[in-house]
Amino acid sequence: MLSIFYHIGKYFLLLGKVFKKPDNFKLIRKQIIHEMVSLGIGSLGLIAIISLFMGAVVTLQTASNLTNPLLPAYLIGYATRESFILEMAPTVMSLILAGKIGSNIASEIGAMRITEQIDALEIMGVNSASYLIFPKITAALFFIPIIVIYSMFLGALGGFVVAMYSSGMTIEDYITGLRYDFKAFSIVYAMIKTVFFAFVITSIPSYHGYYTRGGALEIGRSSTKSVVYTSIVILIINYVLTQLLLL
Amino acid sequence: MIEIKNINKSFSGNQILHDISISFKKGEINLIIGSSGSGKSVLTKCIVGLHEVDSGSIEYDEREFTTMNFKDRKSIRKEIGMLFQGSALFDSLTAEENVKFPLEMYTKKSQEEILDRVNFCLQRVNLDNVNHLYPAELSGGMKKRLGIARAIALNPRYLFCDEPNSGLDPQTGIVIDNLIQEITEEYDITTIVVTHDMNSVMETGDNISFIYKGQKWWEGNKHEILKTDNKELCDFVYASRIMQKFRNI
Repeated sequence: MLSIFYHIGKYFLLLGKVFKKPDNFKLIRKQIIHEMVSLGIGSLGLIAIISLFMGAVVTLQTASNLTNPLLPAYLIGYATRESFILEMAPTVMSLILAGKIGSNIASEIGAMRITEQIDALEIMGVNSASYLIFPKITAALFFIPIIVIYSMFLGALGGFVVAMYSSGMTIEDYITGLRYDFKAFSIVYAMIKTVFFAFVITSIPSYHGYYTRGGALEIGRSSTKSVVYTSIVILIINYVLTQLLLL
Repeated sequence: MIEIKNINKSFSGNQILHDISISFKKGEINLIIGSSGSGKSVLTKCIVGLHEVDSGSIEYDEREFTTMNFKDRKSIRKEIGMLFQGSALFDSLTAEENVKFPLEMYTKKSQEEILDRVNFCLQRVNLDNVNHLYPAELSGGMKKRLGIARAIALNPRYLFCDEPNSGLDPQTGIVIDNLIQEITEEYDITTIVVTHDMNSVMETGDNISFIYKGQKWWEGNKHEILKTDNKELCDFVYASRIMQKFRNI
């Protein structure tokens, strides 16, 4: 139990180092762009496939459960939109990104630690935590909300494709559902959650990678641990923010 | 010149370094030798500040390092070049970008000037046509040379080499030793080399400190080391059959 507090303390101390004034803004800017490409653009394909199929499945499942003729058909589109905006895009996609980006970050920084590349940065007088982690967090804070919005659109598109080929609903019903009782705050709520998740997705794996000790086996362990802890923290933050923002 | 006085270091109650005092001279290759686990790498990491010492002092040309704040330490670290045992090259960067890194980080030179300096450093270590290759595409000896090129990019006053010829064949090892010697003399810098390779010791040992069980056990030069009657040092020096035969001649 005490070790949890030890790690939480160490994590915040690391964040203190990460947010110190960078040595060279030009190099940091270059790193941020590099991270946006590697973490953000590299995830677009996976998110597209998952969102399209999940959107299609949510639509199919809702259609198969709404058999009561008293319930309007447009509820299918409405349910797809609400589930994607409120939960699927921000939370589920963040959990997926925690697996993809998180393991990547932990193993990349962990390998740099094991092969003394971090020591080399420190010897040069570079704040290694800031140089390695700050660009990843900044890139994620900028890029993950974009990925989440992209996922929302693709989820709706997946449902649209189902509506086109399904006999249970019409395209008009589906589009009416998508537009019905739309609250802009739902997007704000999703974005607030996403910003928190983006921070967690990059900072927790960075922490695990930065303090990796040992060899290749420990890199694997750091990577696994980072995905597990990031997922747990995402779920806790999701609950807390939902309680705070929606109720 | 680097002077360390009464250095003590322990990890979780286990004392690794015991009261070590050594003077590392300018313009010479200062060797720290000892068997694996003797504490020589920990000593080097303490000198460069990667580990904090428990007690003792470290002076870089009469500038006390252990009590310095982060900013002052940073200014000294910019004067340090280090070659790591595994080279520690940034694998996501090309050879050229590796050497460019400290220059871009700390100088206000134009890209043209930086590129000139990069090419000069690469040529100085005899690396041609590797600018756009990644570390994974280089041989062990080339990686070491690239590590030296990166270490000298900012014209360091102090050069640290942690086992510079480990994992290299004897011929390439000698090339690296000679390169370190040439650079030390050419730039008149204080060079500290950690090694347990007797070839290196006999090639470059101007000022040798033998570390045994975390203590400075012996000090001398490459001529004196062959005449020593210190038992632990003799066990280390004459561990191989070739050296034993050499001793009997």
